[in-house]
Amino acid sequence: MQELAYPVLTSLVFFPLLAAFGLFFFRGDSVVRIYTLIVSVIELMLALPLFTHFKLDSAEFQFVERMDWVKHWGIEYYLGTDGISFLMIILTIAVLPLCVLCSWSYIKTRVKEFHFCLLFMTAACVGVFTALDLVLFYVFWEAMLVPMYLLIAVWGGPEKRYASLKFFLYTLAGSALLLVAIVAFRVVGGTFAIPELMEHSFTFGFQFWAFLALALAFAIKVPMFPFHTWLPAAHVQAPTAGSVILASVLLKMGTYGFLRFNLPLTPAATEYFAPFMIALSIASIIYGGAVALGQNDIKKIIAYSSVSHMGFVTLGIFLLNFRGLEGALFQMLNHGIVTGGLFMMIGAIYERSHSRDIFDNLGLGKYMPAYMGFWGLFALSSFGFPGTNSFVGEMLVFVGAFEYSPWVGAAIVPGAMIAAAYMLRVSLKLAWGRPTSWNGWKDLNLREWSYLAIPAVFVFYIGLAPGLTFRVMDASLEKLQNHVHTKAQLVSIEDGNPMEMAWDSIKNIVK
Amino acid sequence: MTFNPNLILPEIYQFLVIAALFIQSIGSAKMREKVGLWLPIACALGVVVAVVSVGQQGLVFWKSYQVDHLSQFFKAAIAIGFFVTVLNASRQPTLDKEKTTDYFLFLALSAWGLMILASAVELITMYLALELSSYSLYALVAVRAKSKDAAEAGIKYILFGAVATALALYGFSYILAGMHTTYLAELVKGDWSFAASPMAVTGMALFLAGMFYKLALFPFHFWCPDVYEGASNETAAFIATLPKLGAIVILIRLATMFKPGYDITTMLAVLGALSMTFGNLAALVQTDVKRILGYSSVAHAGYIMIGLVAGTAEGLAAASFYALAYVAMNLTCFWVVSRVAVDGRNLKLKDLDGLHKRAPVLAFALAVGAFALVGLPPMAGFMGKLFLFSAGWNHGYNWLIIIAGINTAISIYYYLGLVRHAYTKDAEDDVPMPDTSSFSLVGAGLLSVLVLALGLMPAGVFDLALNAGGSLLP
Repeated sequence: MQELAYPVLTSLVFFPLLAAFGLFFFRGDSVVRIYTLIVSVIELMLALPLFTHFKLDSAEFQFVERMDWVKHWGIEYYLGTDGISFLMIILTIAVLPLCVLCSWSYIKTRVKEFHFCLLFMTAACVGVFTALDLVLFYVFWEAMLVPMYLLIAVWGGPEKRYASLKFFLYTLAGSALLLVAIVAFRVVGGTFAIPELMEHSFTFGFQFWAFLALALAFAIKVPMFPFHTWLPAAHVQAPTAGSVILASVLLKMGTYGFLRFNLPLTPAATEYFAPFMIALSIASIIYGGAVALGQNDIKKIIAYSSVSHMGFVTLGIFLLNFRGLEGALFQMLNHGIVTGGLFMMIGAIYERSHSRDIFDNLGLGKYMPAYMGFWGLFALSSFGFPGTNSFVGEMLVFVGAFEYSPWVGAAIVPGAMIAAAYMLRVSLKLAWGRPTSWNGWKDLNLREWSYLAIPAVFVFYIGLAPGLTFRVMDASLEKLQNHVHTKAQLVSIEDGNPMEMAWDSIKNIVK
Repeated sequence: MTFNPNLILPEIYQFLVIAALFIQSIGSAKMREKVGLWLPIACALGVVVAVVSVGQQGLVFWKSYQVDHLSQFFKAAIAIGFFVTVLNASRQPTLDKEKTTDYFLFLALSAWGLMILASAVELITMYLALELSSYSLYALVAVRAKSKDAAEAGIKYILFGAVATALALYGFSYILAGMHTTYLAELVKGDWSFAASPMAVTGMALFLAGMFYKLALFPFHFWCPDVYEGASNETAAFIATLPKLGAIVILIRLATMFKPGYDITTMLAVLGALSMTFGNLAALVQTDVKRILGYSSVAHAGYIMIGLVAGTAEGLAAASFYALAYVAMNLTCFWVVSRVAVDGRNLKLKDLDGLHKRAPVLAFALAVGAFALVGLPPMAGFMGKLFLFSAGWNHGYNWLIIIAGINTAISIYYYLGLVRHAYTKDAEDDVPMPDTSSFSLVGAGLLSVLVLALGLMPAGVFDLALNAGGSLLP
C-alpha cells in the first residue's frame, strides 16, 4: 500500500481534463500553446510519485483507488497499475509535451480546440491504462474516440473527412461487441472488477465467444491484418500530433487490451485461438512490411510499418511464453518512442517542403545534417539495429517465436529483412538522393531539437540499458503467463461447447 | 374509503394549468398572445410538484388508478419533458400568434393524459388516458401554418392512430373475454402462455399493437418519420419524446405478466430486434434531420424491449431509465434543431454545416445529444444501454443483446453525420444565423449537462427506477 497524500492516478486522469476546460479562459494562440505546454509538464511532475513509489518486482496492482460508482450494478471507480500498464501510462504522459511542441507552428487554425482535444485525449488514454473496472475501461476507451476523430477531421489533410469517418466507424464498430462481452462478464462473473474476474473460471464455451468479442475490438485498434485498412488513411491525413498519439498511444491500447483482458480473463480460449492469432500476426508483419516497401509517401511507409511492428507485438503476446510476452510489452514501448519520433520528423520536413513524398525531400543529408542524424537514429531503431531499443524487443520476440516453433521463428525472419529494406530505402533517398533544386530549408531549430532529443535519448537508454524496464514489467508478465497456463488447464474444451451454445441461441430466435 | 388528494397532486396541478390555458384561449386575441409570460414558470412549478410527489403511494378511483414509485417516476419525467417542450415551443416561428394558447392547451392536455396513463392499472382507464393524450396531438400536428405537409402528416397521424386505437380496443374485448377482468392486478395472476389462454394472448397482442404504435415500434412505426417531418420542429420535439414515456410505462406494467419464454415475450423480443435493425438501416439514407431522428426513435423503441423481456425488476428499471435518458437526449437534439431552424423550416443535414462556427454551444449540445443516442460514454445513452444489456443478459434473449450491439455499430454512421456536418464542414455564405440568444444557449447548455449528468451519475435516478420496477414484481 502506498502512503501518498493524494490519489496519483486520479490526478493523472483528471488534471489534463480539467486543464482542457481551463483553456476556455485563455485568449491568443501563443498563450494557449504555452498554457498547454505548462499543463503537460505539470502532468509529468504529477507522475513523479509513480517513479518513487512503484514497487519494482511486484506483480500486484499498485496505487489502487477504489470506490462505488453505480452501486446496484457493482460498477466502480477502480484504478490501479501494474508492470504492464505502468510503462504505457508513462509513455502517454511523456508524449503530450512532445505533441504540443511539434504542433507549435504546424497548427494555425482553431488552436484552442486543438489543444483541448490533445488534453482530452491524454486524460482518456491514461484512463484506459489505469482502469481496473470493465465499465470504467470502456468509458475511457470510447471517450478518446471523439477527440481523435476531431483531430483528424478538423486539422487533417485533404482527405481528412474520409479518413476520420473510417477511423471512427471501424473502431466504434469493433467495440460494439466489446460492450456486450463486458456485460456478459458481469452477469456470469458477478463483478466488473478485473482482478476479481481473473479469479473466476469461465466455461470454455463462454470464453470462446468472449474472446472473439474482445479480440475483434482489440484487433481493429492494434490494427491486425486484415482489420488494418483504417490506419494508413488515418495516419496520412492526421496532423503530426495526431499521428504521434495514434502511433505511440492508441495502437498500444489494442495490444494492452489483449494483455489485460483476453489473456487473463479467457485463458483457455486464448490458448485455443493462439495459433490463429499467431498466423494473423505473421500476416501483419509480412503484409505491412511488403506494402511499406512499395510506398513513396513517407507517412504511408511509417503507417504500414506500424502494421508490421504491431504484428511483432501481437505475435509476442500469443506465443504465450515469457520471452514472447516480454518482447511484446517491450516492443509496445519501443514502437511508441520510435514511431512517434519518426512521425514528428515527417511533420518537421512537411512544414518545410509541404510534401511527404520521398522524391520531394531528397538529399537532406548535406543541408540538414542534424535532421538526418535523428532520422537515421530512429530509422535504425525502427528495424531493430543492435544498440537501439527496438533491437532488444524484436530479439525477444524472435527468441520467443523460435521457442514456440522453429517454423514460426523462420516465418518472421523475412519481416525483419523487409523492415530493413524499406527503412534503408527511404533513409538513403532522404540522405543522399539528388534534389532537383535546393529550397534553402533550415536545419532543425531549438524547438525541434527539444522534442526530438527526448525520444532519441530513450532509444539509446532502453537499447543499451534495458534492465530497469525489465524489472518494471517482468513480475507482472510472469504472473500473467502462469495465470494463463494454470487457468487454461482448469477448463476442458468440452465444457460448454461453443457451437452448441450458438445453435441454442439460434433455436431460441426461431422458436 | 377516504380520498387523499395529495396522491394525485401532479395531475391536479396539470389540470389547473389546463384550466388556466382554457380560460385564456377563450379570451381576447391580445390576452391569448401572452401565454408565454406565465406558462414556463407554471411548468417549472409543475416539475417541483411532480418531484415532491415522487414518494406517494396508494390506490384510488376504485383501484383503477395506482399511485406508486413507477407512476411517480414517470410523472416527474413527463413534467420535466413538458417543461422543456414548452420552453422549446415558446418561440415557434410557424405558429399563428392567436393560436398560441390553443397550441399550449393541447400540449398540456396531452401531457395530462400521459400522466394519467402512468397511473392507470385498468384497461379502460388506460384506454381513456391514451385517447386523451393522442387526440390533443392529432390537432397539434396540423397547426403548422401554411404547410401542406403538416396537413398530410396530421391526417396520417389521425388515420393510423385510429386504426391502432381500434386494434387496441378490439384487443381489450378479447382480453376481457379470455380473462374476465380488466384490472392489471387480476390479469397478472393469469397464465399468459398461448396454450393456456389463446384468446387473452391474442387480445394482448392486439392491445400491444396499439401501444407499439405510440412507441413507433416496427412494424407500427410508419407514421413516425412522416409525422416528424410534417409537424413543426417544436411539435415534433413533443411527439418524439413524451408519448413514448406513456407507452413505455404501460408496457412496463404489462411486462410483469410476460415471463421469459412465453410466446408473447418472444414476440416482443423479435419485434425489438426488427425495430432496431429496420430503424437504423432506414435512418442511414435520410438527409432530413427530423426523419433521421424519427427512424432513430424506431430503433430506440427496439432497444427498450430488452428491458421489458428480461422479466426482472432490473429489466423494468433499465427500461425506465433508458426511457428517461432517451427523452433527455432527444430533447437536446430537438432543441438544437428548433434553434437552428429560426424560420421554422425543416433542417437538412447540410443546414448544419459549420454550426460550430455560427453557434458553438448549439453544436456542442448537438454532439452531446447525438453521441448519447449512439450510446457513447460518458453520456446518458451509454449508461442506459449498459443497464439494459446487463439486465437482459442470461434471461433467454442474449441474441437480442448481440443484435443490439451490432445495431449500435450501424447507428454510428448517421448520428456521426450530425456531428460531422456541424464540426467538419463549412457553411455556405447565405445560411441563416441560428438563434444564439442567451435563452437558446442556456437551454442547450442545461440539456447537455442533464444528458452528461445522467451518464456520469446515474446511480440516484437508476435507484429510483429500480424502486419503481421492484414495486411491480411480486
